[in-house]
Amino acid sequence: MVTYIFDGSFEGLLTTIFEFYDRKEKVVQLVWEKFHQPVMLQETLEIINDEAKAKRVWAGLRKKLSPQWQQMFYKAHLSEQPEAFNDLFNFARYIFDSPAGAENNFGNPYVVAVGKWDKKVNREKHRMKAFIRFQQTADNIYYCPVEPDFNVLPLIVSFFKNRYADQKWIIYDVKRKYGLYYDLHHVEEITYEFVAEIDTKKIILPAEVTDAKEELASVLWKDYFNSTNIPARKNMKLHIQHVPKRYWKYLNEKEGKN
Amino acid sequence: MYDRIREKLTILADAAKYDVSCSSSGGNRKNDNKGIGDSSNGICHTYTEDGRCVSLLKVLLTNHCIYDCAFCVSRKSNDVQRAAFTVDEVVELTMSFYRRNYIEGLFLSSGIFKNADFTMERLVRIVKRLRTEERFNGYIHLKTIPGASQELLTEAGLYADRMSINLEMPTEAGLKLLAPDKSHEEVKKPLAFIQSGITQYKDEKKTGLIKSVPKFVPAGQSTQMVIGATPETDMEIMHSAAQYYKDFSLKRVYYSGYIPISYDERMPIIGSQPPLLRENRLYQTDWLMRFYGFNVNELLNTKNPHLDTDMDPKLSWALRNLDQFPIDINTAEYRMIMRVPGIGVGSARKIVEARKFGRLRSDQLQKIGIAYNRAKHFIRCADSPILLNEPDAPHLKNIILGDSSSKYLKVPQNQLSLF
Repeated sequence: MVTYIFDGSFEGLLTTIFEFYDRKEKVVQLVWEKFHQPVMLQETLEIINDEAKAKRVWAGLRKKLSPQWQQMFYKAHLSEQPEAFNDLFNFARYIFDSPAGAENNFGNPYVVAVGKWDKKVNREKHRMKAFIRFQQTADNIYYCPVEPDFNVLPLIVSFFKNRYADQKWIIYDVKRKYGLYYDLHHVEEITYEFVAEIDTKKIILPAEVTDAKEELASVLWKDYFNSTNIPARKNMKLHIQHVPKRYWKYLNEKEGKN
Repeated sequence: MYDRIREKLTILADAAKYDVSCSSSGGNRKNDNKGIGDSSNGICHTYTEDGRCVSLLKVLLTNHCIYDCAFCVSRKSNDVQRAAFTVDEVVELTMSFYRRNYIEGLFLSSGIFKNADFTMERLVRIVKRLRTEERFNGYIHLKTIPGASQELLTEAGLYADRMSINLEMPTEAGLKLLAPDKSHEEVKKPLAFIQSGITQYKDEKKTGLIKSVPKFVPAGQSTQMVIGATPETDMEIMHSAAQYYKDFSLKRVYYSGYIPISYDERMPIIGSQPPLLRENRLYQTDWLMRFYGFNVNELLNTKNPHLDTDMDPKLSWALRNLDQFPIDINTAEYRMIMRVPGIGVGSARKIVEARKFGRLRSDQLQKIGIAYNRAKHFIRCADSPILLNEPDAPHLKNIILGDSSSKYLKVPQNQLSLF
């Protein structure tokens, strides 16, 4: 068995698939370089990203997969999970080695696996649409730090752009140290420097940098959250199932509950 | 200065919370006027500690009311604090919450003050302000006030995504018992009026003669009934629901377990448990009717007027109809696969796709994600062993319930223990 070491990017993943066919390899395992630990007697190959090779593989997949499955393939990769990379690799092999339409074979373990990764990433994407809590800053930008389990910011760009077309906003991924900024015209990717004057570790912005109405809005939201609850029906298990505790620190209505 | 608005919000959100609809899906408004917001798939922005979704800012315009319905917390004779929002306050709250991504939109209802038209006119004024002045394209769920004029209802329909009127009690007799001033007839009239409006606008769109037909209640209508305040059977409740789905093309019927809020002798006393399990079973039945192709008569009829508490309605149906099982997963029709306990709509679809590639085995079915331990008693697949004695219904029930533990076992039932 050969171990392919790659950089975890989409281009890298596609390059590994190219190399596999190019080298007529038999069994391959993918490892993301940041998790790679050298083992004695292990045959390894460091994959160097190659745009041309990646493009050829993607074009090949696009020819065989429906648009829906192309999306699922891309989204599953954003999970950034070691098993997911291997599932995608094996899925691609299965697709290339089978006649068209093979992605509908839910009896195949890799088809099922990619479907499950897609579902997980979708759930996280949906959570980000739900759990973003903007704070209006003094210079009239709506700001929110987040820490999604998976790298889902690319998937929510158009949602926030369409919905909040008339206000500037920033969504910043604290874990991956990049974010999105909408300037009323376009959404651009921003790096750590862009939010350098904000302490991104602190979720609630200090009063001196927020808009005068921000505090009241947040207080009213908490009031609303508490008043709309029916204590006679209390069901904390269900509550936590829907709003897992790891998100609480980003939700102002759960402030102080951590 | 915050205190007054905080107090109002607390009172009017508290009074609105017994309306259980939280849906924000089914609308299709786009943000194409460079305004703010859109509505599409529905998003639950948070969940309260009772596990219910918070999607909309759900408030009453006022909890002053001229009616005295025994089941309602805002009834005239109830000694509660009263408050009323101004039009500005509701608009401002909605926009402030929406811009921060707290909510999908507004659910606006009201107690009846003065008369129906006066109340409806205020509600319409708020949604009109939101749509025209604030260019708000988020979701709006508006209550239809029974007895309001058709002109006002038509105007409301042009701004709202969903409209609803509550039946309150599942049957006319139940309603008369607790709210003698009300009747189901006065609910049916506006439901039918708005329904005809929806069809009319849809037809106009189809002809293509008019370039842009305005949206009219694009997310349809819904209603709600209170469960457990009056003595209706599950059969009466679900047959009534099925009738309303059919007659008015409703998008949803909501079942709200009665939470005792009154010392009225006609109803369960304060402090008794709300019928949560029963509510859950009713929703399961509702889902079977809407997504699984069941007819209400198959699930509830004069022979079985009550839903089982110890198992879900799909399993009870299957155990009553064991002659239709087991089915062969590799050959059975899609509609029968959906009827297997432990197989949902999504898995059924995958099974039908996957079996084109070869006969399916049990390990594949498990990977697809069916609840195999439950389903295995009702299906055959490529590697099923041959069974000489099929267990009968009572045995099968014991085996299946022995395998699973109900999440309701720890929840106190609506019954007091003796000691």
